[in-house]
Amino acid sequence: MPQGRVNAVVVGAGAAGGVVAKELATAGLSVVLLERGRWQTFDDHDHDELISQRTTVLGNAFGPDDERHRRVVRLGDRFQTVLPSEGAYGNNAGCVGGGTLSYGAMAWRFMEQDFRMRSIYGCPEGSTLEDWPITYHDLEPFYEKAEQEIGVAGDADANPFQAPRRKPYPMPPFAYNTEGRLLEASARRLGFHPFPLPMLRNSVPRDGRAACIHCRSCVGFACEVQAKCGTQNTVIPAAIRTGNCRVFTGCVAKEVLTDARGRATGVAYFDPRDRLQRQEADLVVISASATESARLLLNSKSRLFPAGLGNRYDWVGRNLQGHAYSGAYGLFEQETYDDVGAGATIGICDFNHGNPGIRGGAMLANEFIRLPYLFTNVRPPGSARWGRGHKEFQRKYYRRSVGVQGPIQEMPVFESRVEVDPVVKDHWGIPVARISGSRHPHDVEIGQFMAEKAELWLKETGAVQTWRRVAGRGVSGGQHQAGTCRMGNDPKTSVVDAHCRVHDVDNLYVVDGSVHVTNGGFNPVLTIMALGYWASSHIVKEQGLEARG
Amino acid sequence: MQDPLSRRQFILVSALSAAASAFWSACARFQPAPAFTPEERRLVEALADQVIPPDDVPGGKDAGVAEFIDRQLRGPYRRHRQAYRSGLAKIDETSRRTAGAPFAELAFDRQTALLQALEADRVPEGIWAPGEAREFFRLVADHCLQGYYGSPRHGGNRNFASWKMLGLDTPQVLGRVVVKG
Repeated sequence: MPQGRVNAVVVGAGAAGGVVAKELATAGLSVVLLERGRWQTFDDHDHDELISQRTTVLGNAFGPDDERHRRVVRLGDRFQTVLPSEGAYGNNAGCVGGGTLSYGAMAWRFMEQDFRMRSIYGCPEGSTLEDWPITYHDLEPFYEKAEQEIGVAGDADANPFQAPRRKPYPMPPFAYNTEGRLLEASARRLGFHPFPLPMLRNSVPRDGRAACIHCRSCVGFACEVQAKCGTQNTVIPAAIRTGNCRVFTGCVAKEVLTDARGRATGVAYFDPRDRLQRQEADLVVISASATESARLLLNSKSRLFPAGLGNRYDWVGRNLQGHAYSGAYGLFEQETYDDVGAGATIGICDFNHGNPGIRGGAMLANEFIRLPYLFTNVRPPGSARWGRGHKEFQRKYYRRSVGVQGPIQEMPVFESRVEVDPVVKDHWGIPVARISGSRHPHDVEIGQFMAEKAELWLKETGAVQTWRRVAGRGVSGGQHQAGTCRMGNDPKTSVVDAHCRVHDVDNLYVVDGSVHVTNGGFNPVLTIMALGYWASSHIVKEQGLEARG
Repeated sequence: MQDPLSRRQFILVSALSAAASAFWSACARFQPAPAFTPEERRLVEALADQVIPPDDVPGGKDAGVAEFIDRQLRGPYRRHRQAYRSGLAKIDETSRRTAGAPFAELAFDRQTALLQALEADRVPEGIWAPGEAREFFRLVADHCLQGYYGSPRHGGNRNFASWKMLGLDTPQVLGRVVVKG
């Protein structure tokens, strides 16, 4: 049931929404946090690879479900309706904690250059590459807050390319596993600068939760000992403890409501029994991830906003980005598998910037443990996919292979976009997101460059056979979806201002990866959390809200 | 202190528990109808052994891959049911036409050759639509791999066959907090 009017309603209990709810509640403001999914535990899925967030062939353990959700995606020359468990859906997650419940938990800060991509590199033809209206230094204190409050293990002195930081990580770094040790030695020989990956995961007991037990089922799974730090076991419980925040699960936002003056008045949503409810609030924060946040704005049409909220200049849903992962695999004579999870332990930032002929680049890291079914897809070109050849490969190389890859910083493309479909509706009758467009050709060049570096590294490590994997020009978005509600100073070429406030609605904010102008050559979650703290600080200071009980 | 049961209450409770136990044993006997006919199941088992052939480690058939697929066709793979019904029949028809017998009765190497032909879309005319043979075989092969390597909770990977082959402890030993080396 809705509360009486509250100070803030936050849509989406993920990486950013959880932070915003906690910050506002801690400041004494009343908050309703709406989440379409539910609270999840390890027991809901066990170590079941086939329903993990990485391999969703039998469904998404952490939502959304195939029964009630749909998207339409342009594949080739036609639009196709897809289910959440199908790859083309571009799912992140749908549960309390969002992606942070089941993520791999890499805790990257973007680099200074990542906020100034256009100034440094110039905009390639066919792209909308732009600088952020804020700098790394604006965000630095909020990165720090995210690291300290949610919890990161890492070595603050080990990466010579990182942007300046004031405080060390709150937990010591994880040791290298076998792959990490092999790759460290070869990286040094090549003149690279390897370091232990920063992780939102307890390397020591902290915050009332255990240290990591190094099981193999990490990325894609909820942690069975709560060693992974997500918003569901850190800031959201903290928000609830203030007594000022209510979490409504199983609630699906339909639209943001506005009044005759064009101010947001709350959110219309469907409760767990599919009844339409209204939650009124002094301000509304949308943190539903790049695809769903754009969809919610576009579905919030009124006389004043006939094309949807924030969409006066047709920028909502544009510039959908993700990460075109590229890299290489190598096969080895000796065993490289040690069953010490999560698996990804070592990275380099030697190729994030300053690459000849390339705009940006990516960090490179060794892969998380490849579970047995996923490994059936790790094959050099031309390999047998079935039969004796398949089984032989699986048996021989499951324990003798290493993958190195990185998230290519994509060039934003205006036509890579989220719209609402004119026909297809979800279980509640809400028009679904329609995704179309393709990545910029330069992304493939960056991918080729990074794959060559990854292959070089693997060869130096002693791989007897290597092959590259370069992402193609398909539809963007997916797990690291971003960019659809761009942050900027000019209302004609962006959706929100530098504090994540929608340009023409004073009390409406979008706080998640949607606001990213560019998406970094890194997993974006720590930046999304930092933006949660950044926007909250502005809301608390500038909105002048009187606490409502 | 509770009163002991009266005789009337005792009879009522006895009758209810008898009814309940009859109900539960009926439930235990109830098995949802399998998705495959016995012939289809034999064919799927043969396909599973082609995708993951038996050697000193069980192949797809003995690891329960057909059971895995059957269960999924009654669950999340309901949407593939029609493809299986028609695709399996077409494989047997192809087999009869090119080798004179249903697929499951062919020698192992003959089966392999037939599947290689399907995968290359080299099929007799009039059975498959263009590209259909390849698409169906890839679907089945992928499902076989899922059943063989996925969690045994779904009916495949019987006795952790594939995980043992890969040297993975089963169940996972928890608390491996000491990083080796």
